[in-house]
Amino acid sequence: MPTPPPPHGSSASPGSGPAAGHAAAPAAARAAELEAYWRANRRLVAGLLAIWAAVSLGGGVLFAEQLDRVRLPGTGFKLGFWLAQQGSIYVFVVLIFVYAAAMNRLDRRFGVDEA
Amino acid sequence: MSTTAWTIVIVGATFALYLFIALRSRAGSTGEFYVAGGGVPPVANGMATAADWMSAASFLSMAGVISFAGYDASVYLMGWTGGYVLLALLLAPYLRKFGRFTVPDFIGDRYESSTARIVAVVAAIFVSFTYVAGQMRGVGLVFSRFLEVEVSTGVLIGMGVVFVYAVLGGMKGITYTQVAQYVVLIFAFMVPAIFVSLAVAGTPVPQLGFGGTVAGGSTFLLDRLDGLHRDLGFHLYTERSLPLPELFATTLALMVGTAGLPHVIIRFYTVPRVRDARISAGWALVFIAVLYTTAPAVAVFARTNLIESLAGKPWAERPAWVDPWVATGLVRFDDRDGDGRVSYVGPAAVDPASGLPIENELFVDKDIMVLANPEIAGLPNWVTGLVAAGALAAALSTAAGLLLVISTSISHDLLKRTLLPRISERGELWVARGAAAVGVAIAGWLGIDPPGFVSEVVAFAFGLAAASFFPAIVMGIFSRRMNRHGAIAGLVVGLAFTAGYIVWFKFLYPDLASTENYLFGISPTGIGAVGMALNFAVAIAVARFTPPPSSAIQELVTSIRTPRGAGAAHEIQVP
Repeated sequence: MPTPPPPHGSSASPGSGPAAGHAAAPAAARAAELEAYWRANRRLVAGLLAIWAAVSLGGGVLFAEQLDRVRLPGTGFKLGFWLAQQGSIYVFVVLIFVYAAAMNRLDRRFGVDEA
Repeated sequence: MSTTAWTIVIVGATFALYLFIALRSRAGSTGEFYVAGGGVPPVANGMATAADWMSAASFLSMAGVISFAGYDASVYLMGWTGGYVLLALLLAPYLRKFGRFTVPDFIGDRYESSTARIVAVVAAIFVSFTYVAGQMRGVGLVFSRFLEVEVSTGVLIGMGVVFVYAVLGGMKGITYTQVAQYVVLIFAFMVPAIFVSLAVAGTPVPQLGFGGTVAGGSTFLLDRLDGLHRDLGFHLYTERSLPLPELFATTLALMVGTAGLPHVIIRFYTVPRVRDARISAGWALVFIAVLYTTAPAVAVFARTNLIESLAGKPWAERPAWVDPWVATGLVRFDDRDGDGRVSYVGPAAVDPASGLPIENELFVDKDIMVLANPEIAGLPNWVTGLVAAGALAAALSTAAGLLLVISTSISHDLLKRTLLPRISERGELWVARGAAAVGVAIAGWLGIDPPGFVSEVVAFAFGLAAASFFPAIVMGIFSRRMNRHGAIAGLVVGLAFTAGYIVWFKFLYPDLASTENYLFGISPTGIGAVGMALNFAVAIAVARFTPPPSSAIQELVTSIRTPRGAGAAHEIQVP
């Protein structure tokens, strides 16, 4: 997770303009904050998509043959086969819920959440 | 009661439920017709999306396809679920913030181009008709198999039901019937799967059962199936037989295509807030995953059962569930060597004594696996009626979602936004209803008398969505610099390459369709992945050398990147 920039505006009343509450050069400061919000968002998405690709296209397809030498303990599942037919799908579900929770936090930290 | 009587009762009851919901949720405005007024709770939207997404093919054919292709069929499992991650992380929240009604709305407004809008409309209509024809056909087949009526009568009944709720209720009617249809279809899929899992693997959880041991034994089910496959000369069930580039490209194309399909994307315009769009994609995938993680288990159970009950056994001792399928021609035994025994073997089978190849004598249609499941497991005959109702729910819910895209494309994108901007809301609503009605009629006609190319063009739907919508929308959100010239150049190159490749191998030179002739060994089904890469590359290159978009558009892009201030999806004001 990226280091959080200074919190802003989550205390600002909903519906107030983006720059509300700042005195000097408010628009420029707010624009820089929104840039930081967007950078944090992109880093989060890039990280989650790296996992998405590694598990399915990587583990389930490209390296399935090598992973198949390992078995999930106590089952008949070879690891590559299991990732391709079960594991990837479970990981996908988790990724979306992690994304939704992390984005909600990010929205609040930067004061861009919905009222 | 007989199976037919049970089927009539269960199918009749579910249809009555759908019509009741439809009458309770009629649409009074274009906002309600297009996006259900933007007030659908995220979990309900997730359920509706799942029913929208899972078609007759997911319900009836997928387990059968996996059963026959084994590991190779993993491309469908990963492809048709992995797309939801892309949808949630890259598209849904931003399109919700953008807050219009359709995919061409975004492409046309973001790139300030009616050319781009019309390209998007044509692609959306083409993709949707391709898909809907298959659904109506599925409705007809289920009716003819279980209720002993003509396929065309079945299609007409299905058309009548879809007509009522899609034409009257629009997105509002569709959404709440889809929630009911999801419940029906998942119940119908899981009940036989759980009982078969109990019988074969001794556990009620199919996802665990197919990784476990044979009930009462110590051999793992998958090892036993691999052993059977080896003995009979099939490729090993758990191992790859297709080339790696083909599997990689197909998985990627299906993932990206899923994220780019308009009938899935528009579902995320119906939730109240941006954060609802994010979590709603998660719920959709949970509901889809229930079926998609069960299907590979059903495939293993059915495959093992099929081989063990027929291969090498005398035909005279076949189990009772086989006969009805022989009557329909979907199971065929051709005793070539005249010994009365079933030789069910793969292409690599040789006689150990003489070293000569053995001929296969048994032909089984992969579509029967899910339908025959209840009979194979010896379940009571009401379960068969339930499976029929589930298949109909899957087909009707998908058909309705697609018809809505068709009707919206015509009334909103083509008329309101392009040809007749001053049309009144009442007028637009009536055009939307009319377009939905015409769409139902055309879909029905395609279902009754499908042109031979229908099954061939499904590759088109995913390929075109992957090579056109997905890159255009993603760049429109993630690059402020992307302009009209770049986006249109990318769309044209991506579409032309993908469509050209598919037409070349599917229609012009089908004889050449083999791995040696394919580009990098990628079949037409997977070529959308290459088309997508071309679209991105061309768009970025062209945009570098052309002027950036107007400052108003750059501000629009900035505003869709933050959730605050998302209102309900709305009509733009015409000056």
